[in-house]
Amino acid sequence: MALGGLGREQSVQELIAKSREKKGKKFIEKLMPIILVITALISVLTTIGIVFTLIFETFEFFQRVSITDYLFGKEWLPFSGSEPLYGVLPLILGTLKVSVIAACVAVPLGIAAAIYLSEYASDRTRRTIKPILEVLAGVPTIVYGFFALTFVTPILQELMPSLKIFNALSPGIVVGIMILPMIASLSEDAMSSVPNSIREGALALGATKLEVSIKVVLPAALSGIIASVVLAVSRAIGETMIVSLAGGATPTFDFNVTGSIQTMTAYIVQVSSGDAGYGTTIYYSIYAVGFTLFIFTLIMNLLAQYISKRFREEY
Amino acid sequence: MKYIDDTVVMKRMKSRLTYNKIWKAVFLLATSLALLTLVILLVRIVSQGTGYLNLDFFNNFGSRFPEKAGVKAALIGSIYLMLIIAPVSMFLGVGTAIYLEEYAKKNKFTNFIQMNISNLAGVPSIVFGLLGLTIFVRMLFLGKSLLAAGFTMSLLILPVIIVASQEAIRSVPKEQREASYGMGATKWQTITRVVLPAAIPGILTGTILALSRAVGETAPLVVLGIPVILQFLPDGLLSQFTTLPMQIYDWAKRPQEEFQFVASAGIIVLMILLVIMNSIAIFIRNKFQKRY
Amino acid sequence: MVDLMNKTNNKETVNIKTPSPSMGPSIQAADKNSVFNTKNFNLWYGDHHALKDINLDIKENDVTAIIGPSGCGKSTYIKALNRMVELVPIVKTNGEINYRGRNILDASYEVEELRTRVGMVFQKPNPFPKSIYDNIAYGPRIHGIKNKKILDEIVEKSLRGAAIWDEVKDRLNQNAYGLSGGQQQRICIARCLAIEPDVILMDEPTSALDPISTLKVEELVQELKDNYSIIIVTHNMQQAARISDKTAFFLNGEVVEFDHTDKIFSTPKDQRTEDYISGRFG
Repeated sequence: MALGGLGREQSVQELIAKSREKKGKKFIEKLMPIILVITALISVLTTIGIVFTLIFETFEFFQRVSITDYLFGKEWLPFSGSEPLYGVLPLILGTLKVSVIAACVAVPLGIAAAIYLSEYASDRTRRTIKPILEVLAGVPTIVYGFFALTFVTPILQELMPSLKIFNALSPGIVVGIMILPMIASLSEDAMSSVPNSIREGALALGATKLEVSIKVVLPAALSGIIASVVLAVSRAIGETMIVSLAGGATPTFDFNVTGSIQTMTAYIVQVSSGDAGYGTTIYYSIYAVGFTLFIFTLIMNLLAQYISKRFREEY
Repeated sequence: MKYIDDTVVMKRMKSRLTYNKIWKAVFLLATSLALLTLVILLVRIVSQGTGYLNLDFFNNFGSRFPEKAGVKAALIGSIYLMLIIAPVSMFLGVGTAIYLEEYAKKNKFTNFIQMNISNLAGVPSIVFGLLGLTIFVRMLFLGKSLLAAGFTMSLLILPVIIVASQEAIRSVPKEQREASYGMGATKWQTITRVVLPAAIPGILTGTILALSRAVGETAPLVVLGIPVILQFLPDGLLSQFTTLPMQIYDWAKRPQEEFQFVASAGIIVLMILLVIMNSIAIFIRNKFQKRY
Repeated sequence: MVDLMNKTNNKETVNIKTPSPSMGPSIQAADKNSVFNTKNFNLWYGDHHALKDINLDIKENDVTAIIGPSGCGKSTYIKALNRMVELVPIVKTNGEINYRGRNILDASYEVEELRTRVGMVFQKPNPFPKSIYDNIAYGPRIHGIKNKKILDEIVEKSLRGAAIWDEVKDRLNQNAYGLSGGQQQRICIARCLAIEPDVILMDEPTSALDPISTLKVEELVQELKDNYSIIIVTHNMQQAARISDKTAFFLNGEVVEFDHTDKIFSTPKDQRTEDYISGRFG
């Protein structure tokens, strides 16, 4: 077609041919993939950065403290001037106490909520409740920490007079509430993806809804549910602010949950908030503890991925 | 010969049905308990904090005296931090997503990158603080500045943005790309003129949600050495600063009871900021939901 | 349609004469230029040999229909003509596809240039989620045409060419998704016309449309053939019989028969063609 638009008779094809001769477009076409690969590599670099940072600085730490003392020592007393002790087990125990309590809260409540949402709730109920759960998941941990210290601990103290103001129970419960939406949401996803035909088959045999949920759907979605629990516990292990505020700063090697404790994360916060000079053993100790923490969560995350892939039901 | 005895079945029926009813109530109770905690938390914070929310609160800096304490430095610091995190994380995150979805071939290298992103998402935020301390604060001599914190937090939320952007890009139907290629468009033209415009709502929603997580983060900043009391406003990328969560953390730690109320007031400000951000994200998601 | 009594056994070859160069549309079939001359073309999807030794000479200003049962390779073939098959990474080819004398499979032939000359309309209408104006202007814009007056002209001429101008001229700024399926398909045709292609490939363009829209598109094809060469893949034999000049019957990745449409449908030479046309398989 000829175009009279600008008083010139030129076909569209001619205009296109002219424009194709410009070099600029080809350069951009070649350049962009390169820029994009670089951005993609940043994520890889970040992991490498994390691993190297942790290994490097931890190595410095182990120049000053022996590995056996660190791994098997039962006392963590870095601030005791003349004879500091760097046995990490108390910190690990502190983390464990909080995480186990959190799991005890979050797993039953989370799975129960997931069953309700997936098997019993009407569409409308589900659509109202799910966003609220998402809100619960979005509350900043500092808010949860404040809540634990100023609300949960006093109430618990009413119920258990022997409970100290800093303890493992209060942050444990609140961390549990924090990770509950994760378990509920991921488990609900796993249960929802079980096809209805399986449910119908069971109902047609005269099963009650409870029996269908527990005996048919739950086993079918089990890998997803377990993966969600592992992920949630991993999150609990890495949680910092709640345990910092409500757990205290006393690393102890026991199984007491009513007194002050210190988790791995809370220790790192304690040192960072203070005046540990660069280059001191205490400075490097936060990397050693951080590395230990990283290994824990890495193992759990890989475990969750493995469970999810290996045992996934093929429908 | 019959194996199923009808009388036994009938006898068990009643208890099974009762069991069913009981457990339904239990499940509902569990769900309600979770929601109830949220309500209790909100009510408590609001009741404690509103008393302290006044104009002075917004105009003052942190202080040893609860009556004089305010969120000015903290609020501005949080906003400035967001202004750094947003472009950095979006550029890296959306770029990575475009690469993975449009350019990368499905091979081991791509799988490795994808797996790495999933793993990064599970690393505790405090570890990112350690990374930032060594690399940004020390190695790159950025100090405890906005820039160092901005980079650290960008890396923290990067996996979330990548995943959200990937999903948004993936949801653009391939017929749209085919129509574009069919007219002789190049790959980059197709990406910028067809794929990205269609994926922007999803990308923006994901980014805003990721940013709202960054706004509430405290742990990495503590490790970086960000101070909690600051008597001035940040004046540049390399300037010191503080954020709302850090300020709240400081108030929460103090023994004086009045500071509890101040902390609650600070939390209300933080929550309002988050509500605004999430509402914008939801608004974008609803307004631009395309039906293909 | 098929006269079983008059089936002949001697095979006539198709396209014996070399086309003589001529500048405009000509009436004699033998005088027409070849627009797509496919020689010994093979295509594999991974290990699956999808197109086997295709030899097909398609003339300009013809409406050439490609028919055949599901999976016979007709969609694959038409997508090879504008190299859209390349979007699938496991595709391998050999042989030649000559567009107006140049082999498009040659590494030096830029695929974007090919696609400005050979346009495509897809089975499911796929307008962009943009305004009608922006949909039509997309092609010219990506090829560097920015002047608003020229774009306005192109948009109007293309919409007229697709017989939809009157229906949308007052709502060019509205989103194309507000239109019906049939209208959307004509918008896609207009979008294709906007860059003045030489050949228009149509991959089952009416299979997703209602009968009235189908009729409109078929009328459009008849109008367009004066200025364009059209190759249309269709599942609908009656459609092929209605609108095409030549028809190629594909089966299992091979061209079984290629001839003038009336001959294919009245006196097909191959038994398989006859079986397909008479509905013995499909």
